[in-house]
Amino acid sequence: MKQGGNILFSGVGGQGILLASELTAYAQLEAGFDVKKSEVHGMAQRGGSVVAHLKYGERVYSPLIEPGTADIQVAFEELEAARYLLYLHKDSAVVVNTQKILPPAVATGKASYPDNILDELKSRGINVVALDAFAIAREIGELRTANVVMVGAMSNFLSVSPQIFLDVIDQRVKKQFCEVNKKAFQAGRDIVYS
Amino acid sequence: MTLKSKESLWLSGNEAIALGAWEAGVQVASGYPGTPSTEIMENLSKYDGVYTEWAPNEKVGLEVAIGASFAGVRALATMKHVGLNVAADPLFTASYTGGRGGLVVVTADDPEMHSSQNEQDNRNYAFAAKLPMLEPSDPAEAREMLARAFEISERFDTPVLFRTTTRIAHVKGVVEQGDRDATAGASIEKMPGKFVMLPGPARVRRAEIEKRMRSLRELAENLEENRVEEGTRTRGFITAGTSYNYVKEAFPDAAVLKLGMIWPLPEQKIRDFAGTVDELIVVEELDPFLETHIKAMGIPCRGKDLIPAQGELNSFIVRKSIDPDTVGQLFEPLDLPMRPPNMCAGCPHRGLFYGLSRMKDVFVSGDIGCYTLAFLPPLSAMDSCVCMGASITIAHGMAKALGKEGEGKIVAVLGDSTFMHSGITGLVNSVYNNSYSTVIILDNRITAMTGHQHNPASGYTIKGEPANAINFEELCRAVGVKQVVVVNPHDIDATRRVLKEEIARPETSVIISRAPCVLLPEEVRRKKPVYMTNTDNCTGCMACIRLGCPAINWNPITPEEAVARGYKEKQKGYSMITEEQCNGCGQCACLCKFDAIAGKEEN
Repeated sequence: MKQGGNILFSGVGGQGILLASELTAYAQLEAGFDVKKSEVHGMAQRGGSVVAHLKYGERVYSPLIEPGTADIQVAFEELEAARYLLYLHKDSAVVVNTQKILPPAVATGKASYPDNILDELKSRGINVVALDAFAIAREIGELRTANVVMVGAMSNFLSVSPQIFLDVIDQRVKKQFCEVNKKAFQAGRDIVYS
Repeated sequence: MTLKSKESLWLSGNEAIALGAWEAGVQVASGYPGTPSTEIMENLSKYDGVYTEWAPNEKVGLEVAIGASFAGVRALATMKHVGLNVAADPLFTASYTGGRGGLVVVTADDPEMHSSQNEQDNRNYAFAAKLPMLEPSDPAEAREMLARAFEISERFDTPVLFRTTTRIAHVKGVVEQGDRDATAGASIEKMPGKFVMLPGPARVRRAEIEKRMRSLRELAENLEENRVEEGTRTRGFITAGTSYNYVKEAFPDAAVLKLGMIWPLPEQKIRDFAGTVDELIVVEELDPFLETHIKAMGIPCRGKDLIPAQGELNSFIVRKSIDPDTVGQLFEPLDLPMRPPNMCAGCPHRGLFYGLSRMKDVFVSGDIGCYTLAFLPPLSAMDSCVCMGASITIAHGMAKALGKEGEGKIVAVLGDSTFMHSGITGLVNSVYNNSYSTVIILDNRITAMTGHQHNPASGYTIKGEPANAINFEELCRAVGVKQVVVVNPHDIDATRRVLKEEIARPETSVIISRAPCVLLPEEVRRKKPVYMTNTDNCTGCMACIRLGCPAINWNPITPEEAVARGYKEKQKGYSMITEEQCNGCGQCACLCKFDAIAGKEEN
């Protein structure tokens, strides 16, 4: 039986989490897994903390990752890497974009942004891979590909071949953006071990 | 299930319901947007051979579907859970009439209140309205069960309730697709004994309902959607909907009676199953609906003594509730600043609510929409929010209770789509009964909260075809409002002036706060200035910070840093606009008295 897994995507509404989780899901489907994904629409999307659960395996029942069982978390923002700690375990890998988006209480001077988030995760044994996805996306020449850079970095932790991801980008992304997104995926993939 | 077959798709529950309805030959569908139901109608509107529409509210939507059924075609009405409260009036009597074409009513419940004002359990409507209800466990089942729902509706001459929850509606999974059934031809057929619910015919139909429920109970015993999955018998589970998934993950080896039709219940099947297990546990989200009715059959079972009755479940909660010793330690959550949702940068609502936030003794009777977020600090400019349209009527009720005391202190605020939904009758009441409450209509030209659906005031249909756009000024004058003022909420000073004048007016007056949602495609494309901070001029007065705009950040500084930056030593910080996030509304520039914020033209 093929080994399944749980991937949690977290970030701030509007960061492109939807596309990132869709590409990952389609790659797992191409690899022959059953895949379920759960997300929340509506009010939560207005700049709030958002999370998407992705589960793949031989047969997936629950669309929700059980607390303590996320193998990988893809966090698009630092605070949002720590908010869903409940879902992680000591062998989880967290791929985190080092961007900081100030939550309202911080932006209005009522609270401060914690400065030791990644250390907090590391101190629990969690494998933290931090990257500046925006800087990488800027180098590629398209800021909006930061989410696909994140998918590339995360793909190192999956058994699915990178070629499947590149094929999925070809199938699922608008023609004129395919090349730049494939570049973004590759750049993200390369960053982890460079 | 995997995507290997050519016939399979990967769809959300809502996409699967649209596909299932289309395959079942649905010809007329009407609904009002509401999370988590909205995407059903959005997707169905893309299919050929089915008429779709956005109704102004759920009652209208359901009545349209009833009409289509009376004309002999398959019809669908969609709504969120609280929408069924609005549509309850036609629902209860449609149970008496039945129809001609199949009629399916989708209610999308929202346990955990991800995007709702309550988490009512709409399974109770099936019991109360004496209607069959189906509940799928995932997108694939949702599509399949739509066909079953229409079949039951026509075979038993009854509307069928179809319940989903957020974890069906907004879950994506592998779904098979099939061909479309043949559709029926519409016709006029007069059936007054069935369609005219005066007391005489209604009493006859009432007896029919009892016969129908007996037949449906028989159906339930043999329906393949109500199935026993074999397993160990020390514990047996009865479950339905998304809870089934959690049981399968928490107790994969146990015997399960999975109910696809959750009303009426298959009593004999439940009794037989209960007889073969040592302990019977009912796992369901929210109310003890199945449990109560199973206990009423005299069948002992456990349920809400173990499983929480509020919020969503998951496999962890189910396992922990039943076998607390088998769950491992989890990481303790960190104490982090919250990140609630916020109105967007450049949102026109912000300017209006900023004005209200400066009127501390005014009670703001709010409503349902993006603008409800004005409740949050720093604006903190909403004092109540109950249900769609209630802003106007609650304001009126408060005004009547307060009398002279409340004059100049009561204001109702609601969005354009909410006003269409159920605000108009409240306004009629306020004028008719001589209220002094002020009504503010936030006209951003779209139903924004649920993701930009058209409405009777937006000028387009669900398919994007041009339609009549209701003129709010004319409508308000027509119901008798003498004073109707239009204001641009981005103009902070003018807005505050108008608020002051109109709230003080001793009669019902209407302020239309008009500016388009910044997320509308034409607004995104429009060239706008970008505002930037000249931090040298910033005195740290925080006037702009009080807008709560996500593009403006406060940067705290020490006295030394203040001096080094050329500020007064006591200046505690300075404001900074993130230019990439600025949507160019200019509200902050209106507020800055120190020339620290200025616009530059964007290329």
